[in-house]
Amino acid sequence: METTDADRHLDGNAAGGMLAEVFRFEATTVIVTCAGCGAAGPMAELLLYGHGMGQILRCAGCDTAVVRVARVRDRHWLDLRGARSLQIGGGQ
Amino acid sequence: MGQGFVSRGFRGRRRPDAEVADRIPPGQYLTRDFPVLSAGPTPRTALDRWDFVVRGDVEAPRRWTWDEFRALPSETVTKDIHCVTKWSKIDTVWEGVSVDTLLDGLETSADYLIAHCDGGYTTNLPLEDVTGGKAWVVFGYDGDALEPEHGGPARLLVPHLYFWKSAKWVRGLELVGEDSPGFWESLGYNNYGDPWLEQRYAGD
Ligand SMILES: [Zn+2]
Repeated sequence: METTDADRHLDGNAAGGMLAEVFRFEATTVIVTCAGCGAAGPMAELLLYGHGMGQILRCAGCDTAVVRVARVRDRHWLDLRGARSLQIGGGQ
Repeated sequence: MGQGFVSRGFRGRRRPDAEVADRIPPGQYLTRDFPVLSAGPTPRTALDRWDFVVRGDVEAPRRWTWDEFRALPSETVTKDIHCVTKWSKIDTVWEGVSVDTLLDGLETSADYLIAHCDGGYTTNLPLEDVTGGKAWVVFGYDGDALEPEHGGPARLLVPHLYFWKSAKWVRGLELVGEDSPGFWESLGYNNYGDPWLEQRYAGD
């Protein structure tokens, strides 16, 4: 069976080293880009709507829900669809 | 024992607090307040710019201006409401238009709907949970206009499900063939949310 380069992949465990480098940071200094309007700035400058069901962090410019977090029993659910990208590390 | 003593156990009917207890789902407590939970800023849409739309899997979308909407037949209903953050409130009085009225005569093959709101909030519901006298679009609360902080000018009222399904600032219903999780349903909360089955979270 012939495979192309595009077919070759490893499972996600192989990315463990890099993911561990990425997912260890002080989150409030991460630069987040809003998927709604493209504005970029530190997570700490988002507006927090503390809610009994979860925490909603909104863009100060366009109100997009950039980061949504809910504690569901012993887990946290994190939804970042309102964030186009995160810039992590780099001595912010 | 004084002459006026009457043992509670010998009264002919159940005590009122026991009757109230039967109306509180498992894990809930009774409150007299009306807590405000907002996941974003309170929208303040002027009534002359407000409309309500039924769209999606329909032959022709339906749209009402505020005045047209308020001219629809409305009713006053008294319901118990249950928030997933564990408060319940009994005998709340609402005035609004039955969703049956909004969908009357509509031909659709949809089984679900998504409620769309000012501010971008959404919630998903089976169509059968908003028809047959189970849901309203309400504009009045306790004899007054519904306050913006409680969802005014109009919110959905689906009292048999957890209160996040009763979407504040609702502006439209999108009828869809396939279910699709809304704002909280996609963040770990139950897709259906029956308080009597304590369906708080995904997997309950
Ligand atoms: Zn933005």
